[in-house]
Amino acid sequence: MAFMGDMMNPAPFWQNGPAPGAFYNFPGNSSGFGPTTHPVQEFKAHSATPITTTTTVIGVKFDKGCVVAADTLGSYGTLARFRDCPRITKVNDLILLGNGGDYADYQYLKDIIEQKIIDEQCIGDGLLLKPRSMHCWLTRVLYNKRSKMDPLWSNYVVAGMQDGEPFLGAVDKLGTAYEDAAIATGLGAYMATPLIREALSVGTLDEEGAKALVRKCMEVLFYRDARAFQRYQLGVVTAAGVRIEDLAELKHDWSLAHMIHMK
Amino acid sequence: MFRNQYDSDVTVWSPQGRLHQVEYAMEAVKLGSATVGLKNKQFAVLIALKRAVSELSAYQKKIIPIDEHIGISISGLTADARMLSRFMRTECLNHQYAHDAPMPVGRLIGLVGNKMQICTQRYDKRPLGVGLLVAGYDDQGPHIYQTCPSANFFDCRAMAIGARSQSARTYLEKHLATFMDCDLQDLVAHGLRALRDTLPNEVDLNTKNVSIAIVGPKTPLRIADEEELVRFLALVEGEERRGGSATATGDAAPSDRDRDAPGDEPQVAVSTHFIFLIW
Amino acid sequence: MLSVNGNFPEYAVPGAKQVRFEPYADNGGSIVAIAGDDYAVIGADTRLSTGFSIYTREQKKLFKLSEKTVLGATGCWCDTLTLTRLLSARMQMYEHEHNKSMSTPAVAQMLSTMLYYKRFFPYYVSNVLAGLDADGKGCVYSYDPIGHCERSNYRAGGSAGAQLQPLLDNQIGLKNMQNVTEAPLPREKALALLKDVFISAAERDIYTGDCIYILIITASGIQEEKFELRKD
Repeated sequence: MAFMGDMMNPAPFWQNGPAPGAFYNFPGNSSGFGPTTHPVQEFKAHSATPITTTTTVIGVKFDKGCVVAADTLGSYGTLARFRDCPRITKVNDLILLGNGGDYADYQYLKDIIEQKIIDEQCIGDGLLLKPRSMHCWLTRVLYNKRSKMDPLWSNYVVAGMQDGEPFLGAVDKLGTAYEDAAIATGLGAYMATPLIREALSVGTLDEEGAKALVRKCMEVLFYRDARAFQRYQLGVVTAAGVRIEDLAELKHDWSLAHMIHMK
Repeated sequence: MFRNQYDSDVTVWSPQGRLHQVEYAMEAVKLGSATVGLKNKQFAVLIALKRAVSELSAYQKKIIPIDEHIGISISGLTADARMLSRFMRTECLNHQYAHDAPMPVGRLIGLVGNKMQICTQRYDKRPLGVGLLVAGYDDQGPHIYQTCPSANFFDCRAMAIGARSQSARTYLEKHLATFMDCDLQDLVAHGLRALRDTLPNEVDLNTKNVSIAIVGPKTPLRIADEEELVRFLALVEGEERRGGSATATGDAAPSDRDRDAPGDEPQVAVSTHFIFLIW
Repeated sequence: MLSVNGNFPEYAVPGAKQVRFEPYADNGGSIVAIAGDDYAVIGADTRLSTGFSIYTREQKKLFKLSEKTVLGATGCWCDTLTLTRLLSARMQMYEHEHNKSMSTPAVAQMLSTMLYYKRFFPYYVSNVLAGLDADGKGCVYSYDPIGHCERSNYRAGGSAGAQLQPLLDNQIGLKNMQNVTEAPLPREKALALLKDVFISAAERDIYTGDCIYILIITASGIQEEKFELRKD
């Protein structure tokens, strides 16, 4: 039918002129024929944008382990929609996992990871998944999803103990993975990482020092990041295991903003 | 073992509750030359006796590397072993790719067992006619596993399979208590002695018919080259051969046939726990 | 293809745009490799960044593929990770099948094939492969993201590749110079030159800096060296 030309996308009446039917095809007004009004999406776009999102997750390595912290707010665009979205989990005795990004994608992958751990326990050989393996596995999963143009819109922070040594790694939605002693995703990359890197440049931290530093970062982020929240989770992983502390609540003090009158 | 009316295919039970086809497959393992596997606290060692089909041919390879930390030695149908080793290599590569860590030995054996079980339960398949000794090293230390055509596998401290391997097992049983605490040299020497016990009197071990593989901490699987073989063989050279080999000369079979439960390899020298796929 | 926005700019309303998922990222990083008669040196910086923020300052970008071959890879880091993991699996498969490790020219050809296999959704990676060939001579192979492969004696790649290559052309290739005699490049000079060009790169390119790791490949094995760069 090549001689009939492209029926769906007819040529314009004159050079740069309107195509048949094009006058009626204003943005958002779909009619059957004529040039497509929307940019062509060649790919399925299930999760091409995140919906309910969470913000920064912070990870810091100290001499005998790692601290991970993240607040519990699920935002719906700019709306502070859900206030109890925990996103730090214990994977097993060696791994603490933190997440930021689309909350549904996180819940989906968390279920898969939990099943993976149950499967491993069922083998019953006493072996535990190690953080480096978890980190690599997440990289593969996220990379494969991005390669299908159907990404899981998440940043992950994997903290744990790898053969007695602390491990801290990050993976983003593309599968970009790296290890570092200081990790902060989202807006925290701009506001928390400098604070953590500065603290680490002085010398290695101990557990209390690392926790205090992370709490400071959470406070700074709460004041500045519009998607941050005052309630947050903080987890610690050491050779003794994984411990997620009770929800912490920031005591905010707006007295510095004396022009704003709070009730 | 004789033909009977209950062995027409692998899915037919005998009234005694036996699967004759599977048991026949177990016999295939005994057709291959002997191979020994043993471990101490750090190392796992495989020692295999190689055979040449004829004067004109080279010695048949008996030890196949699977990954940096796992090797197998085979007895039975070599072609089946090639298929299995390919599967094991792929599984190891996939695990390394996805988890950035070497495959735990026990997990790999579990997968092999599952794969081998399928063909003991389907009329259109045949059980694999090969037994493996798997030596590996992982976070839990060194391992020796044995797999059978019946799809059973065993975690062993020491084991021998193949033709006239009963003599080797007798040796291993006798010295089992000493293996854990001996050093690598002694361990290999024990393995060589065990293997030598399977030989007829007029044959001895030499660099052509022996192959040795070693794996351990910070020691990726290594198949000993000629130079190293000479050194290891020197450890047992000139020693008096044990009487065990005398009974094994002549008819190759008796020492292997004196068992009442042909379904599984004997449970000598098998360490603490057995893992059966059907319990 | 006609688009309304193209023909009727007044209808292209700001704010009504849809963000599309972008599967690639530019994570920066530079590589330089130089081959000599009996050695090859390859260096890569350790900064992993995205836009104006630095993910980490200590990301090694050199991958030992065998005792004689090293790959340097920068660009889209998630593609680099995948490509190098696949490569090492393929190296092991080759070793099992042929009972020897792969020669550098063979790796070079395989890499080209693997890149072209993804011709229509490429690995967005700038690869430079360095090593010793079958004769023990140093060699450097460089690639474009879809598998074009070229052997040379020196190559700069990655985010500062375009800035560094002319410098190498001049200093090693002795291009655009008069009254020069070609002489084999000694290893010490190659090493010094490599450090110098990285210092220049760190001055001009924000995606290059922090530190470099250098691998020196000779018949006796691979040595590692570390060299600090500016960290701002």
